[in-house]
Amino acid sequence: MLGKLTLSAIPYQNPIVMGAVAFMVLAVIAVLGAITVFGKWKYLWKEWLTSVDHKKIGAMYLILAGVMLLRGFADAVMMRAQQAMAYGPHSGYLPPEHFDQVFSAHGTIMIFFMAMPFMIGLMNCVLPLQIGARDVAFPFLNSLSLWLTVVGAMLVNISLAVGNFARTGWLAYPPLSELHFSPGVGVDYYIWALQISGLGTTLTGVNFIATILKMRAPGMTLMRMPVFTWTALCTNILIVAAFPVLTVSLALLTLDRYLGMHFFTNDLGGDPMMYINLIWIWGHPEVYILVLPAFGIFSEIIATFSGKRLFGYTSMVFATMAIALLSFVVWLHHFFTMGSGADVNAFFGITTMVIAVPTGVKIFNWLFTMYRGRVRFESPVLWTIGFMITFVIGGMSGVLLAVPPADFVLHNSLFLVAHFHNVIIGGVVFGAMAGLTYWFPKVFGFRLNETLGKAAFWCWLIGFYVAFMPLYVLGLMGATRRMDHYDNPAWQPLFVVAAIGAAIIFCGILLQLAQVVVSLAQRERARDLTGDPWGGRTLEWATSSPPPAYNFARVPVVRDRDAFWDMKQRGVDMKAPVYRPIHMPRNTGTGFVMAMVLGLAGFAMIWHIWWLAIGGVAAAGAALIRYAFDDDRDYYVEAEEVRRTEILRGRAQLRSV
Amino acid sequence: MSTGPITARGGALAFKPGYADNAADALRDLRPASETTDFELEHHHDAAGTAQLGFWVYLMSDCLLFAGLFATYSVLHVRTAGGPTPQSLFDLPYVLAETVFLLVSSFTCGLATLAMGRRSRRATLGWLAVTFALGIAFVGMEVHEFAHMVADNAGPDRSAFLSSFFTLVATHGLHVTCGLVWMAIMMVLVVKKGFTPSTESRLNCLSLFWHFLDIIWVGVFSLVYLFGVS
Amino acid sequence: MSVANEAIVGHAPHGAIHGRAHVSAHGAAHGSRKSYIVGFLLAIALTLVPFGLVMTHAPVGTPLLIAVFALAQIMVHIVYFLHVDRSAEQRWNLTALLFTAIVVCIILGGSLWIMHNLYVNMMPGMMPGSMG
Repeated sequence: MLGKLTLSAIPYQNPIVMGAVAFMVLAVIAVLGAITVFGKWKYLWKEWLTSVDHKKIGAMYLILAGVMLLRGFADAVMMRAQQAMAYGPHSGYLPPEHFDQVFSAHGTIMIFFMAMPFMIGLMNCVLPLQIGARDVAFPFLNSLSLWLTVVGAMLVNISLAVGNFARTGWLAYPPLSELHFSPGVGVDYYIWALQISGLGTTLTGVNFIATILKMRAPGMTLMRMPVFTWTALCTNILIVAAFPVLTVSLALLTLDRYLGMHFFTNDLGGDPMMYINLIWIWGHPEVYILVLPAFGIFSEIIATFSGKRLFGYTSMVFATMAIALLSFVVWLHHFFTMGSGADVNAFFGITTMVIAVPTGVKIFNWLFTMYRGRVRFESPVLWTIGFMITFVIGGMSGVLLAVPPADFVLHNSLFLVAHFHNVIIGGVVFGAMAGLTYWFPKVFGFRLNETLGKAAFWCWLIGFYVAFMPLYVLGLMGATRRMDHYDNPAWQPLFVVAAIGAAIIFCGILLQLAQVVVSLAQRERARDLTGDPWGGRTLEWATSSPPPAYNFARVPVVRDRDAFWDMKQRGVDMKAPVYRPIHMPRNTGTGFVMAMVLGLAGFAMIWHIWWLAIGGVAAAGAALIRYAFDDDRDYYVEAEEVRRTEILRGRAQLRSV
Repeated sequence: MSTGPITARGGALAFKPGYADNAADALRDLRPASETTDFELEHHHDAAGTAQLGFWVYLMSDCLLFAGLFATYSVLHVRTAGGPTPQSLFDLPYVLAETVFLLVSSFTCGLATLAMGRRSRRATLGWLAVTFALGIAFVGMEVHEFAHMVADNAGPDRSAFLSSFFTLVATHGLHVTCGLVWMAIMMVLVVKKGFTPSTESRLNCLSLFWHFLDIIWVGVFSLVYLFGVS
Repeated sequence: MSVANEAIVGHAPHGAIHGRAHVSAHGAAHGSRKSYIVGFLLAIALTLVPFGLVMTHAPVGTPLLIAVFALAQIMVHIVYFLHVDRSAEQRWNLTALLFTAIVVCIILGGSLWIMHNLYVNMMPGMMPGSMG
């Protein structure tokens, strides 16, 4: 009846895990209880869970990313603590099988459930506004994507309490991840969490490509699109092109594990290296899926806060496209050591180095944008400058790793770990934080506290260097990644320094939490009534903060690259002389329900509860078909309502002047 | 580059004079009506075009899913592990029959969209039914072939070659099956609702999907069956 | 109303007015009965020839011929059944298709090259025949 699922799946004997589980359960009960006490269930369902409004969906993505950042960071702290202790006679506090789950969960969560939702969340919040659209092309799919991502994240977290997580690293290389060597449910949790959320991500890619190509405001030619829109377009092209390959790699591994096939096994002709080849065909573009939107965010911020047009817009666009295309021809640099010949290694080494060129172009463009600008050093700019310095260092260590003979020495060492945290924290996380600070007032209607934000930035920046520079050194000293224990006395002081760095970053995160709480408490003082708190240049600042559901009472006509800046210069009034009814999509619970039953099906697959798996998929199909027969999917916002909303906004604007 | 169309749009909107609810708005109205525009006409009109583009992008994504499977098959097809080889397994006349069924179904699916263009509900349903029957025949033949192979101790767990063969061909078959389910739903929709813009747009997408699966099948019979036997 | 529609539809995002006379209102070309028949006949021919070649055990060069016929047939399907052409309405479809074709080539060619090179270098004795 329940497949492999029994009560023994709950890890009672492990106090650390049970502590975390207890915390998680209490948090969930607290949240559910609060919703019940305040009688917010109906509001939650009507305004959020069923919402197809891109701004609300974006906000929910950001909340997911924030929660998952805390979870992933807890894993990071556990690893740093273990490695600071586990030298020589001391075995630390984590047994190896638990340590292995911690690093696997850390990587999986940070990439798939922190960085991806963060970037997709920011795209959701901003992109339709930037191109002057009312919503995304397929609002229902957008809601489905969100909930599929959430369900994937839920599966990973459920693995903490029921069963265990993969011990195979964040990419689950076979043959270790094959049934023979990983007989438990850990790898299955990994597979189904990623498949379900991956489906959501692919749909997001399709959605945003159609949105950007088809729904731009009149006059917004391709070369007048904001850079963030450009980078988002390239990102979504990469998503649509790369994620199917991830789906295939994981599906083949699933077939090996569930149906006894032999794609990646050691026997009967299977070839583990094929998995590694396939997964990196996805894996390298994935890196750029994360960092390209960050590049876009920095471009927007640096132009806004320098009070200047972005330097080298055209070269920025072409650099973005070049990076997107090149990202498909470098994947072998992740496995130089598998034993290819000199020609293969040389080809992929050179293509990898070539990618540094368009990236360098971007760095220079940002620098020249600041040059002779009146740069306002508010926290988004601090994140941006922190990024530029940190990312250049990370990029250089990447070029070094692109040299195959150097890679033979440094492969799977902590040098590599330091390198990719250098570019992912320095690039993606700093970009996400910069974007969050920059667009927070647009989405929520008030600014974040600047003092706490700056303090958080400095903790993150200093903490990053203290935590990861020792890892470069450790890597050169021969320390490999994923060690739960070591015997070299020279390493321990550096591991201790790295742990201190993690503690400093933790202070940064605490300051950010405090920043959210304080800003929320003082929101009346920090309200953005103008809709344009930073002196923005692009269309998202042309509407109120937060924007009405329909975004713009009248859709703007674009005459310049910095469309809103141009409008301000010419004194164009965005108010409509005549308000007309606005056509909008209606909320639907279909996406939420489909994702939940698919999540149930995923859980059933993990535990071999076949009837539930079939039932879950069938229920999702039924929900979709029901939706297909539903014609009542849209409505009109009455002209009178639009007029009232806009007049209220006008009054608020006047008050603020 | 775009001044022409904007003027055109301004002109198009200008013929419909609005009312102003206060003096400021009235003043604003005196400016050329090209700064902001009514989005609704465009939005409404191009929804089907957007859906088609979105579906096309999805098809490209699906194509890359198949690319991954084709790559796996190309690499692993020599890994027969002492088991059956392509030469000993594949029955070309049988595959040719399957192929013809699918090709004809693609043609009849095209005829169904043409009938939809003529607004002929009966012809559309008729051609869809023929397409559906041919699709069923194709899937039936494929299932039969698989059952035969598994019974002959040549199942997907026998060798890497067979794993990749079954996965590639069955993934295509699964897509065809999903297409059949979709087609059945569309037939019901056409009967119940006739040719609304949304059923039309969906029928167009379905037809794209069906033709796309035919292209994948060209890859399958060439790379798997013909290469395998030759 | 129709005047307004025409003006606005003509105003495609990239700012060009396109003639849409022979295209249905929702931007999808249906093709004609004739194009379907031509496509169908071509597809049948391009299927039967390689099958015939292989089934009659034709002389050398068959693998290359199979590939040529497959590519030709795929082109026929794209042009006659999917109706992709170089018209302005199809611009993004064509761009997406070309990009996909490039990535497909990278995935297929790259995987074969990498894995073949790996076998040659790491398991020279275990190569079961050539890599096709």
